[in-house]
This record gives sequence, structure tokens and C-alpha cells, in this order.
Amino acid sequence: MGGVGDRPPASEPPRGPGGAPQAGWLTTKLDPLLAWSRRWSVFQYPYVTACCAMEFMSTMCSHFDMSRFGAEIPRWSPRQSDVLWVVGTIVHKQAPALKRVYEQMCEPKWVVAFGTCASVGGFYDNYSVLQGIDKIIPCDVYIPGCPPRPEAVLEGLMLLQEKIGRGELSRWQQEHPAAARRAG
Amino acid sequence: MSQRIVDLVRARFPQAVLETHAFRGDDTIVVRREDYLEVVRFLKDSPGTAMDFFVDLTCVDWPERKPRFDVVLHLKAWRSSERLRVKVGIPEDDCSCPTLSGLWPAANWFEREAFDMYGVKFVGHPDLRRILLYDEFQGYPLRKDYPKDRRQPLVPMCDDAPPQPPPFPERPH
Repeated sequence: MGGVGDRPPASEPPRGPGGAPQAGWLTTKLDPLLAWSRRWSVFQYPYVTACCAMEFMSTMCSHFDMSRFGAEIPRWSPRQSDVLWVVGTIVHKQAPALKRVYEQMCEPKWVVAFGTCASVGGFYDNYSVLQGIDKIIPCDVYIPGCPPRPEAVLEGLMLLQEKIGRGELSRWQQEHPAAARRAG
Repeated sequence: MSQRIVDLVRARFPQAVLETHAFRGDDTIVVRREDYLEVVRFLKDSPGTAMDFFVDLTCVDWPERKPRFDVVLHLKAWRSSERLRVKVGIPEDDCSCPTLSGLWPAANWFEREAFDMYGVKFVGHPDLRRILLYDEFQGYPLRKDYPKDRRQPLVPMCDDAPPQPPPFPERPH
């Protein structure tokens, strides 16, 4: 990552060896750096509503140790978190709260549907249960299982990290391209 | 098991008891709606019965039957450990029932739940609102004629989901 520290003064545009402007070179290298750092510091907001919470706690605790992935710290404010973990059944009565939590998160933001209920509603095919959180918020990773094993949760986390590390747009960014450009 | 109590109720309210039956020691009495409150008050307060513990109150929908609904009350006597089930039929066109919240404060929320799910109006209830569902909900979802696939979302659904991103590439292990 040469060139960040010894950037010339702002009055003089940065030049490469052939006299070409260097700004393009700098930004293309900055994006992977950003993606790498985001990948290994995914602060999470656990939105935990149901029995899947047991497996989530198990994954968080020392036996499976989610902190190995830089994803240890739960932030209890949506404004400080990167990933929204929707863990468990979401009912229609609760859907406005989930949507508000999601909207309060700062960009870029990702969403993981933890378990079958959060993904598609599970076996609660009835009057009260939202049939998958992607009906109201864009969702990046779906972890199947009722509940998923901790190994499956870690697999989902690693898939999300790879998605972040590739610099790929989150579902939110895909659906809001203008806002995503502002957020960088 | 509780035949003694059934007999006491029969002797005290001969006109009110429509039917009694027992299944494996669990006694049930079916009472007229207009005598329901007095029968329950007698069960609770009479020293001979002393069914002082309100266990459960719920409702059953029999769509083909008249009267259509049953309000089902489960009582227990702390001292003698006797149990009794009281049923009262509720017709669909006058879907109301006396409240027990004056006898047991705990009946308040049970009756709100029965109202929420079946639409039975408990006459005299101090605060008959929905307890589990949201106020915007239309209809009573545990009635047998509520369509099983009817949803009443509070936030707009995006049923036309955006195109799926390409699947994740295989990860080298």
C-alpha cells in the first residue's frame, strides 16, 4: 500500500512515473483495503426472538468461538453495527420494529437470516408469522436449519465475510445504488 | 373424581346444568349461558365446593354446531385437589358471555385472548382489547372459517423480490 503516507501536497496532483495521474491507482487499492478491514471486523446486532437463540449463544461462546472471525462484539445499538443477525421467528406485529432497526443501521450493512423461520417462515405458515424477513428487508445470507448447527452458522458467517471481502455490494447497496455511492 | 361437586351443582341449580360427562376422572358440566356466572360463583364461594383456583379459560369453535362456540373453563379446588371443567355454549349471532374477571383478576387476560382469537365478547370485562394480535388485525384467526393463507402485514411486503445474486463460488478447503 505504498503512496498513502507520502502523498504530495494537495495543490499538486499525484503523478506516476510516466506523468499520469495516480489517483486512479490509489482508489483501486483502497477498495480492497476497505473490504479486507470490513471483512474482519463485522460488528453484529443480534435481533434474537426465538429458540434459534440457543444455537446463536452456542456459536458465540468459547466452544465454537465466533470471535475467531473478528465477529465477536455485539453492538446493542443498530447505529454501530454492520451485520443484522435476525435469529428466530418474526411475526407481523413485530415486523415494523425489525424494519426500523434495519433502517437505523449505518451503511454499508448486511443481513443474515438465521434459521428456517427467519429465512422463509418455517413451519409457521399461518396468520401471524412473516414468511421470511426478505419480504421486508434485503437479506444477504440465509442459514437453513431448525435450528442450524453452530457449524452451519460459522459457514454462513464465512460466506458473508467472503462476500464482504470480494468488495461485493450488499443487497441493500444493490437496491439503493445512489445511497450506496454516498456511503462509499 | 369430582362427581361430588357435580351433584352439588345439580342440586343447587337444577335448571342450569344441561349436560354432564366424565372422561377418565375428569368431570365436565355444560351450563346455560344465563346461569354461567352464578354457577361459577357458587363453585368458587360455596364451602362445599371451594373451587378457588382459576386454571384456564379458552374457547372452541364448532363451525357446524349450534351453538357454534364453547367457552371452556377449568377450575381446581386447592384444598381437595378436585378439578372441574365448565362449558358454556355461545351462539354465533349473539357472541357474548359473562365475564369472570370480577371473580378472578386472572381471568382478565384469558378472556382477552379468547376475544382476540374467537371474537367472543365478554360482557362486563373492564378492558376488552386484543391481547396478542395488533389492533389493525381484522377478524378472528382461530375461527375455523378464517382463511388459513390470509395475511395482514403491517409493513409493505416486497413479494416481487429482486433478482437473486449469483451463487457463492465454491470455497477452497
